[in-house]
Amino acid sequence: MVGLPPTVWLLLFFLVPLALIWILSFAELRGLVEMEVTGTLANYARALDPLYLQIFAKSFLFAGVTTVVSLVFGFPVALAIVFAPPRWRALLLLLVILPFWTNLLIRTYALIAVLRTRGIVNFSLEWVWDQGNTALALLGLGSYQLLGERFEPLELLYNNTAVVIGLVYVHLPFMVLPLYASLEKLDRSLIEAALDLGASQVRAMRTIVVPLALPGIVSGSILVFIPALGSFLTPDLLGGTDSQMIANVIERQFKSANDWPFGAALSFLLMYLTFAALALRAFYGRRAARRGAA
Amino acid sequence: MVDSSTLRATRRSFLAGSGAVAAGVTLLPTLGWAAEEKKLNFYNWDTYIGETTLVDFKGVTGIDVKMDLFADNDELFAKLREGNPGYDIIVPTNDYTERMITAKMLMPLDHSKIPNIANISKSFMDPKFDPGRRYSLPYMWGTVGIGYRKSRVDGVPNSWKVLYDSDKYSGRIALLGASQTVLQVGCKYLGWPLNEADPAKLEKVAEMLIKQKRHIKTFADDNGQDLLLSGEVDLAMEWNGDILQVMAEDKDISYVVPDEGGLLWEDTLVIPNGAPHPENAHAFINYILDAKAGAAIADLIQYATPNAAAKAIMKPEYTGNPAIFPSDEVIARCEPAVYQGTDYTQLVDRLWTRIGAA
Repeated sequence: MVGLPPTVWLLLFFLVPLALIWILSFAELRGLVEMEVTGTLANYARALDPLYLQIFAKSFLFAGVTTVVSLVFGFPVALAIVFAPPRWRALLLLLVILPFWTNLLIRTYALIAVLRTRGIVNFSLEWVWDQGNTALALLGLGSYQLLGERFEPLELLYNNTAVVIGLVYVHLPFMVLPLYASLEKLDRSLIEAALDLGASQVRAMRTIVVPLALPGIVSGSILVFIPALGSFLTPDLLGGTDSQMIANVIERQFKSANDWPFGAALSFLLMYLTFAALALRAFYGRRAARRGAA
Repeated sequence: MVDSSTLRATRRSFLAGSGAVAAGVTLLPTLGWAAEEKKLNFYNWDTYIGETTLVDFKGVTGIDVKMDLFADNDELFAKLREGNPGYDIIVPTNDYTERMITAKMLMPLDHSKIPNIANISKSFMDPKFDPGRRYSLPYMWGTVGIGYRKSRVDGVPNSWKVLYDSDKYSGRIALLGASQTVLQVGCKYLGWPLNEADPAKLEKVAEMLIKQKRHIKTFADDNGQDLLLSGEVDLAMEWNGDILQVMAEDKDISYVVPDEGGLLWEDTLVIPNGAPHPENAHAFINYILDAKAGAAIADLIQYATPNAAAKAIMKPEYTGNPAIFPSDEVIARCEPAVYQGTDYTQLVDRLWTRIGAA
């Protein structure tokens, strides 16, 4: 009985709407708001057009880079928290999840304020540039313009790098938390043993810590990769003219293009591709495990 | 800088979910016409009403107005297409008004209950998208043009060329993120009608934009004016009202409708089918079209009012501002967008996807 309300909830507010959208992907437009479910595959055929496949590929690339960068930054952070004094740990973990207390949109706008031409990063750099020039002038080198004629602000916003920065910023906690969970369970005596037996720090990290943290790495990567793949707000707000991701195209089908069947087909194609990627990973994971056992 | 962008930010957050999930439940009204409760549900754009309009209206009629905000016409349309969730008055832009009329989503207006129609300038009373004003009345109107930073631009940028077909301001320009508007204005630049529907010609516009892309900083969804204000770009294609708001903050910013002409738009007051309080809605429309009430709204939001009686009592800083009321010559070169059917909409989206992917 206790399990019933959540099941009903899931059924009513997740599976039923999802099923509706799935059915919609086999519908045809009949005028502005009418749609007829005819079982057509035309929406999927359209979605397989190279134009859209190319955008799928690009979205996978964005999500993949985001995952790798999150891992590279998240791993040391998780490790640092694990090895921090116990009384600091709770506080550090709190800092990791602190951004969740603010709406994603507000955080993205905050990032704009940091990265824009007249933003915090560029103002800081300009200050450093000014100081450098003052120092050069004091040394009598002021007239050589060693640092350039004038300060050129960095173009940090409205390009693909900005999108990746934004995606990493938003998804990093999803990487750090599972990593922390698996690193925390790690038996430290194994590391000590490795070091005692003459392994270098790097070697101990590579052969002991990383393999034991693998479950955390895998779940962290999945938790980052999947939502990153479906992002539309970040590329929309931080991206330039080249940063369109598949979710932007899908959003437009439900809005300006007013083509829900096609949008539904694109959504489900994205979902199938995600499933396929996960299944592939599971398959290779199992094979690697078997080979390891053999 | 707690400016409109943060407001817009909060709007965007529920925008994210609303479109896709609108297929859910609709709350159809059950109340009859005769004894309407003193309530009105108003679905409006952000910062698009007078400071005290709603309170004043309650003072006069006793009707409580609850106002929700939408971010763009697509959101409005998506929210209402599966049935009216309970709104009495909405404010679509003319081509969406036309869409809604085509889709039979609007209730005919009873002109006899809106005597203040007499205040509206005659030129607004018989538009193509709603002959005889059977379904809609004009709220505000304006243009799409170029907002620019005077100190960083040579003279007045009076051709769309600077945005569409030139590297002169490379990396310092922003276009709107509205696919249809960008392609339509591109048609104007190439000397074709705004509503040009020939796929080959639209293709040409798309190719021009693909070539121009590397010079464009971004397609700004609703924040071109913020980019201009913060110095991120020096020229931005924008709605005149948005630029006017930042012109008030920064004297170095100006606005022009290029010589090729641009988009002329009109936001309309309409009653969607299934509105729970149609009587109150008529009363509210009548109140907004009142000279004083209309002037108070226009004075705050600085968009052009179609209300001749309201305009007559406004200050010359408003009525004489060319960014609000362009000259008749300029208006003659601008065109309103018309709704052109599903095929056109899909073509525009496909071209836009290609521009983004190229």
